[in-house]
Order: sequence, then structure tokens, then C-alpha cells
Amino acid sequence: MLALPPAPTAPARRQVFVGTALAITAATTLLGGMLATWLQFRADAPLRESPRRGLIRDWMPEKIVVPEVATNMMLIGLCVVCIMAQWAVYSAKRADRTHAGLAFGLTALFGLMVVNAQVFTWTQMGVAANDGAFHTMFYAVTGTMTLLLVVGIVFTAVAAFRFLGGRTKELEVVSASALYWYFLTAAFTAVWFVVYVQK
Amino acid sequence: MTSIDTHHAAGTAAAPPAVAVWITSADHKQVGRLYAGTGLVGLLVGLVLAVLVAFERIDAEGYQLLDTDSATQVLAAARLLLTFGAVAPLLLGLAVAIVPLQLGARSLALPRLAAGGFWMWLTGLGLAVASIIANGGPGGGSSEMVDLYLLGTIVMSSGLLMTATSVATSVLTTRAPGMGLLRAPLFAWSALVGSVTLLLALPVFVGTSIYLWVDHKYARAAFGGNVGVSDWAGWALSQPFTYLLAIPALGMVLDIVPVMGRTSLAQRTGAYVALGIVSIATLATVTQTMVTLPWDGDSFLDNAGDKIADLLPWGLLTVIPLLGVLGVLGTSALTLKNGKPRVAAPLVFAMHGLLTIVLGVAAHILGSIDDTGVRGSIFEAGTYVAITFGSVTVAFGALCYWGPKLWGRRIPDKAALPLALLALLATALGSIPYMIAGFADQPAGALDGFAYEGPQELWNTLTTAGFALMLLTSLGFIALAAKSFTSGEAAGDDPWDGQTLEWATSSPPPADNFSDLAVVGSATPLLDLKSASNGKDA
Repeated sequence: MLALPPAPTAPARRQVFVGTALAITAATTLLGGMLATWLQFRADAPLRESPRRGLIRDWMPEKIVVPEVATNMMLIGLCVVCIMAQWAVYSAKRADRTHAGLAFGLTALFGLMVVNAQVFTWTQMGVAANDGAFHTMFYAVTGTMTLLLVVGIVFTAVAAFRFLGGRTKELEVVSASALYWYFLTAAFTAVWFVVYVQK
Repeated sequence: MTSIDTHHAAGTAAAPPAVAVWITSADHKQVGRLYAGTGLVGLLVGLVLAVLVAFERIDAEGYQLLDTDSATQVLAAARLLLTFGAVAPLLLGLAVAIVPLQLGARSLALPRLAAGGFWMWLTGLGLAVASIIANGGPGGGSSEMVDLYLLGTIVMSSGLLMTATSVATSVLTTRAPGMGLLRAPLFAWSALVGSVTLLLALPVFVGTSIYLWVDHKYARAAFGGNVGVSDWAGWALSQPFTYLLAIPALGMVLDIVPVMGRTSLAQRTGAYVALGIVSIATLATVTQTMVTLPWDGDSFLDNAGDKIADLLPWGLLTVIPLLGVLGVLGTSALTLKNGKPRVAAPLVFAMHGLLTIVLGVAAHILGSIDDTGVRGSIFEAGTYVAITFGSVTVAFGALCYWGPKLWGRRIPDKAALPLALLALLATALGSIPYMIAGFADQPAGALDGFAYEGPQELWNTLTTAGFALMLLTSLGFIALAAKSFTSGEAAGDDPWDGQTLEWATSSPPPADNFSDLAVVGSATPLLDLKSASNGKDA
């Protein structure tokens, strides 16, 4: 039997990190495609006369008011989550379980805060899903974003359980979860600008 | 030089695993077999429906077997099954099973993600097909079932994305020491570019399906209700999206050809580039659906005097994929010319499949020229059949070729060869008459109520015969594969005198693929080893 020369022990090649980066790529095109469709619908909406704002696109009904405090807090909250997630990476690299645990907890907590703010926004805006194109598309985009946020919280929980459960050498999943939160912040910034600012 | 034995003292044939092992296993070979097996079942069901649809078109004055309500759904189910129930799982499944072996890896990266992706894909496909049966799907009459169809397509696509993530991560992170990306086997490379392209394009389909689902469930205000499903999401069941699914098939051809030609692959770098071109150009094209050439035979219809403005986007987005596919064909032909080809089933299947893919891509370009007047006609179905059947034919060749690594036994070559010839005939009959009928303005989505000058019954009869032949070919192939799986002749570890790492382990490989990791010094490590050994012997 012919045989190839043996190899030394292969170095770790960060499979979870690379896999997360690829998943982020897919999620980017998911949200990018949805936002592009949103913008196309808004651009194609017919013009109408508004008593307050003159000639405008007939897209978001004027009676709907975006709770700007809540939506801005979501954006700020996600920026804080990034800091917490990076703190978790920093602490994990130093095998500092106390600080890492605190950072994981705060990451998940701020993530939950963002989800809570999203639910608050839905109830405050009072958009009925069956009222028109804007309404269904609003729930489709913000619902997808919320689902991605929930995935982030679960990802953080998994990373926390693994690290605090004793796998202190496996830092890749911790940095991958931080990468995912960076992506979520960038993605929400786009959603925030298109859906809540530009409307 | 120190050398190690990468061969496991395993049995020559796979012991049939228990059902529980099949369901819960994250072994990439099991997951790949599950994908390929269910893909073959999806192919059979899809072909039965395709025969039914083609048969209905023969007599355009009324329905023979179907009725007005079910015709659209049967058409949709046939497309869904052939695209996402056959081509995608067959090619992705083979990538899951074979690519880690080619890379010299002990397992697939993120194997549970791939296994989870399989079950998610199967669940989603099952939901989508069940909803079509219960009067759902595009144009369906039951609103709950249309909702279920859309939900099914979201779940199904998410499953494929999970598996594609796993395959791409494997190629990027689990290559044997010394194996740079440009030393990866061509099938592994095509699996990488195909998976990444899928990760970039399929989420757009998922996002559209989410919009459609929410809109259809609550308001039907934005996307046209059940009729709008095909308008908004139909692009994923047509060209150029089908090119994207066919990318791994091109890599399979490029791995099979040099081994069957008993020589090295000619212009290897060119082959990497050709696959890259198909991938990038397809991705760009998918985002545009179709860029046409506004040419009426004498002059350009718009941008008068500025031909560049018309020709450049059309050339970049519609013509370039053909250059990549022609590059693969040219490399394959040159390799066979340089070598001493053996006429074996894998080669014949692969080359026939490649030729029909080339036919489909070329026909798509023809269809994009306005002067041909075939947009909206059945011509599109002809190009779809060429690419889909071509991809399936290559997958048959790949199953013959890698069968020993999948289940430890060979598919008998003498029995498979006639099927390879039949597949070519079936694809030609299934696609070319539709292309001709397209020039005669036979509409795309209609099964009755059309009439045009010319032998319309002949074209549709020939197509029906082509689909029926493809169904027979597939049945014959599946019967051969099943017989080989249960009681076929045991294959040796390296029955084809292979060039890449999958042939350095036993057939079938053990759970962890290789006893020891190996250092790789070229793109064809086994070929080098054999050449060195022959040199010493001489």
C-alpha cells in the first residue's frame, strides 16, 4: 500500500469562527435583500398630498408614530452589547471566569433589553398587520431582525455555558459570539435608518 | 522519508447501519448518503410530475389527466422537486460526503450543523410538497396551504444554507497540511465557491419568502396574494439560479475526467479560474434575474448610438457564465486528448451532463436577445431542462465514481453505460423540442389553450418522450445503485487509480476517515506518490 508522509498535529483552524462569519454573510444578504425590497416599494408608492408635509409618497400612514426613544435606545443598547461581548472575549482570554461571567450576563441582558424595546415599539406603533403593504413589510423586516437577535442571545448563552462549565481553553466560540453581536449592531443600524428614520 | 499507512484494516463493505444511527448520525458520510438518497427519491417524484405536465401539453385543446385548478400546482411541484428536491440535495449531499475525504480531514467542519440542515431541508421540502398536494403552493386555492408552502420553502432553504455553511467552512479550515486552496481538488473548490455563492444568493429568496408569507397571511396587499408567489419567488426555480446549483457538478467533471483519462488535468489553474468565473458571474446574474440585449435584428432598441451601454451589462451578466462553462469543457477535452481515456460510466455520464449544461447556458443567452422573441415562452423550460437534467446526469456519474467511498461497492460499469447514453438522449429530447416550440411562441406556464403554426403536438410529444426516458434512466440507475448498495461487488480502496486523497483510505472509509493526517505537496498527491513509486520500480 502506498502511503503519504505523516503530518504533525494540525493547528486549530477556528471552524466556529469561520462558520459564524459565513453565516453572517448569509444573514447580511437576507437583511440586505429585504431592505432593498422595502426601499423599492417605498420608491414605487404613489404620490399623495399631505396636509402637513405637502406632496409625499403614500407609504407609511401619517397616523403611525415611531417611538423614537425606544428605537434609539435599541441602537444604543446594541452598541453597549458589543462592548460587553468584547469584554467577555477579553476576560475569557485571561481565564477570568468572574468577569467573563459578568460580561456574558450583561451581553444577554442588554440583548433581551433590545428585544423588549422592539416588542414595546410594536405595541406603541399600533401597526395592524392586515392594513396594507407598509404594515406587512414592517413586521416582516422587524420580525426577522428580532429573530436574529434571539439567535444572538442563544449563541451567547451557549458560549457562556461552555466557558463557565469548564471549557476555558475553547475561546473560539466566545469570540464568534462577539463577532455575531458586531454584525447584529451593524444590521440593526441599517434597519433603524431605513425603517425608523427614513421610514 | 517516513511514511505511514493511511489505510484502515476495515471490511470491504459497509455494514448496514440501524435506523437510529441513520437519523441521529452527524458522520458526514451518513449525512451525504441521506442527502443523495432523498435527492434520488425527489428526482423520481419530480420526473413523474414533469411527465404529467409534458403529457398535458400534447393536446392543447383541453386537459386529459389534470384540471384547471391543479395544473399550476403540479407545474410548481415538478419545478420545486427537480430544483430543490433533486439537483440541490444530490450535489450538496455528494459534497458533504466526499469533500472532507478529498481534503484529508477526519470529519466535516460543524457536522451537526450539516446534519441539522439535512433534517431541516427535508422537513421544509415535505411541508412545501404536502401543501401543494392540499391545494397550496403558487396559485393555490387554500390560503392556509399557500401560507404553509411559503413557510416550507423558508425552512427548506434555511436547511440548505446550514449545510452549505458547513461545507464551505470545511474547505476553508480542514484541508490537510500543505494543501493550499489552489491545491484543493476541483470538486472541493467547486463545493467552496458553490456554497459561498449559495450563501450569498439563497438568503435573498428566504427574505422574499418571508415577505410573501407575512403579506399573504395577513393582508395580501403588497405581493399579489397567491398569484404573486411565482412572480416574486419564481426566479429561484429558473435560470440563472439553476447555474448556481450546478456549480459543484462542474467540479465533479473536473475531478472525474483526469482519472478516467489516466493523466493530469490540463490547465489546472484555468479550471480554478473557470469555476470562479461561473460562480461570480452567476451571483451577479442572479441579482438581476435576466439582462436582455435590446437588439431587434437590425439595430438596438434603446440607447441608440451607444452600443456599449447595451452590450456591456448583457455581456458581463449573461454571457460570462458561458465562458466559465466553456472553460471547464475545454479543460476536460484537452485532458482527455492528452491522456488515454477509458470508456467508463463515470466519464460518459459526466461528459454528457457537461455538454447539456453547456447547451442550457448557451440557450439562456440566446433567449436573452430580444429579437429572438422567446421571452415568456416555453423556451425557458427547455433551458431549465438542459441544466437540471445535465446536473443530474453528472451526479449519476459522480455516484458511479465515488460509490466505493459512499458504500464500499461499485455500480457495475457495463450496466450503467447504456443508462449514460439514454440520459443524453432523454435530455436532448426533453429540452430541444421545447426550445423550438419557444420560437413558435408556445407560452411558458400554459398546459392548454394555446395554438401556433407548426407541429405543436410533435414538439410536445417529443418532450414527453424525453421526460419519460429520463424517468426510465433514473429508475434504472436507482435500481442499479440499490443493488450495488446491498449486494454489489466489493470495491477496492482505489478502484479507479485515483489522484486525490479520498482514494488513500479504505472503501468505505472508517468513522474518522484516515488513520493519520498526511502532508500534501501537490494538487494530486496520490498521482505523485504513484509516479514516484513507479520510477523507483523502474
